[in-house]
Amino acid sequence: MKHIISVLVENKFGTLNRVAAMFSARGFNLESISIGETEDTEISRMTIVTRGDDRIINQILKQLNRLIDTIKVIDLTNQPHISRELLLMTLKLSKSTQHEIFELINVFKGKVVDIKQKSITIEVVGSPDKINTTIDMFRSFGIKEIARSGTVALNRGEH
Amino acid sequence: MNGSEIFFECLRREHVDYIFGYPGGALLKVYETLYDVKDIRHILVRHEQGATHMAEGYARATGKPGIVLVTSGPGATNTVTGITNAYMDSSPMVVFTGQVPSNLIGNDAFQEADIVGITRPITKHNFLVKDVKDLAMTIRKAFFLATSGRPGPVLVDLPKDVMNSECVFHWPEHVEIRGFKPTIKPHENQVRKAAKIIAKAKRPLLYVGGGVIASEATAELRKLARELNIPVTMTLQGLGAIEGDDPLSLGMLGMHGTYWANQAVNNCDLLISVGARFDDRVTGKTETFATHAYKIHNDIDPTNIDKNVTVDLPVVGDAKAFLKGILKDLPKTREDHSAWLGQIDGWRKQCPLCYSIDDTSLKTEFVIEEVSRQTDGRAVVTTDVGQHQMWTTQYYKFKNPRSILTSGGLGTMGYGLPAAIGATFGVHDRPNVLFCGDGGFMMNIQELVTAVYYKLPLKIFLLNNSFLGMVRQWQELFHQEKYSFTDLDQSNPDFVRVVEAFGCKALRAETPEQAREAIEKALAYNDGPFFVEFRVIKKDMVFPMVPAGASISDMLLDRLNPKTMV
Repeated sequence: MKHIISVLVENKFGTLNRVAAMFSARGFNLESISIGETEDTEISRMTIVTRGDDRIINQILKQLNRLIDTIKVIDLTNQPHISRELLLMTLKLSKSTQHEIFELINVFKGKVVDIKQKSITIEVVGSPDKINTTIDMFRSFGIKEIARSGTVALNRGEH
Repeated sequence: MNGSEIFFECLRREHVDYIFGYPGGALLKVYETLYDVKDIRHILVRHEQGATHMAEGYARATGKPGIVLVTSGPGATNTVTGITNAYMDSSPMVVFTGQVPSNLIGNDAFQEADIVGITRPITKHNFLVKDVKDLAMTIRKAFFLATSGRPGPVLVDLPKDVMNSECVFHWPEHVEIRGFKPTIKPHENQVRKAAKIIAKAKRPLLYVGGGVIASEATAELRKLARELNIPVTMTLQGLGAIEGDDPLSLGMLGMHGTYWANQAVNNCDLLISVGARFDDRVTGKTETFATHAYKIHNDIDPTNIDKNVTVDLPVVGDAKAFLKGILKDLPKTREDHSAWLGQIDGWRKQCPLCYSIDDTSLKTEFVIEEVSRQTDGRAVVTTDVGQHQMWTTQYYKFKNPRSILTSGGLGTMGYGLPAAIGATFGVHDRPNVLFCGDGGFMMNIQELVTAVYYKLPLKIFLLNNSFLGMVRQWQELFHQEKYSFTDLDQSNPDFVRVVEAFGCKALRAETPEQAREAIEKALAYNDGPFFVEFRVIKKDMVFPMVPAGASISDMLLDRLNPKTMV
């Protein structure tokens, strides 16, 4: 099963490497990992998307906790949370497709961030599922390049 | 103070008495300061790997962290095997590596290696000190991490300019790391529940590992075992937790464990694991390991719980605290375990440890048993890796904790000689004995210089079968007797002459009688190391044996040699 794990870590060089290396050394799946500073500049938040049965996920959580530079490990999967991913995608553009492309961008609440005569770059934000659907729906127009941010997530506020 | 002076001042505050080290370019300033340091002894090794094993041997024998000091680049990379060994066996160690000046880091400078990157997966934690102002705090943290919770190696990388820079020395009395809060005191309810279950069990078995030794919990363990008449089986690192000749001791379990220990695991109704990690050499096929037993697992490292074998009652915490809690919470009612102990004795009689011997040839089993007898099981015994290591577990009857120093997790050939040297620096009131094979001895033979130079009263017992014996055993049993590159007969040197050239006393023994005499002489000699080469037979195998991946109920008891009692 897919799990989203949020990890607060020391904002130091090498921390990302420690976490990623632990995943590869122990053969855990690592679907995406994203990292950025939090409101406290000494602390960064990592959002990790991984897969595994309960036993494996349990090990992942414990192994993450065991790293000295991790401060807090939260499995968001089974609690109310918000997860988002950013997609940047460049598509081929022609007179015959442009109308349809613009309509689809509206459907997915996307934005045009760059446009040239023969190409268009769009931005879409949403759940990882929505991003997958977006990519599928645009595939027929000819995708030139894709960049995905990986998932970022927070649990829903208590108040 | 400059960085180098701060460095030694910090080591003083941490009560360091020995450093195992080797100088080099990046450490010139540190060694300049060391020249006038009189209260910390620096032991000059001959290879940085030797320094790490010495530090680990010292740490395991004394319980204090072992300290290593090596230069940058090759000095640092040479420590990798020793650090990994300490990591796998949870030994407290602090490794200081020199580093090129900060402004050259990342430039592929002369003798530069990214040792912090290289050792990230094999240390409990590591640090690069970027500013001399952080030096004292970093060293404080390194010692705190290495020795707290589950012990392990910590590395501190020291750029040359940092050690030259000046700052005001301030020793942080208090240290706190927000990401490191080990659970020492176990959860009270879990302990109470465990005590109830232990008191009610009909066929309980204590399965104890290195955690009991590390937390100095042998008194509590022995008390619990004796008060309730619970048999005890030990892992390789747990040997000495209970006296090897105690009726409640079943010896080691697992791949080369005793038949009766493994039978006890298969038949117990309660398995109480204390400070052990269900390693694959212990469990064999996990699906069939102790299937009839309710399992209690006490470990200080939560990642060990449910990692290899799923347990019924996990108790995270220090082994000593756990055992104390159990003793406190034990209900008054006691179960009678005489039938269970009788059943185990039956297995013991059915398949005892045994080997055959005649007057003209030598076997490793005999040598180890004889050393055990002559030292009354009280020596600090270091082993290398292989057949002699497993025979040590079977035939040396350890009376005390911190008495077996051996490479368990990593299985590092070449560990023995330097680790024994480190232990001999640390322990003076008991004989220090090394059992080593001819393969492993050659891997760090250079450290003989260290033993000779410092006149260490170490007994070096070389079990020479002119073969990589354990590999040979597997080749014979499972690989069609193709002795591929394991026969050292044509290439081994004359060990007695080599050792004498190092300035070490040396004898050779080829019969049981010669062996007895040589052991006596070695044990009586205290003016330096004493080496004995025992010419043991080639074709000997360690039994019983559980083939890799098989159930521990499927033991090979003795496949080729007729079973004979001694």
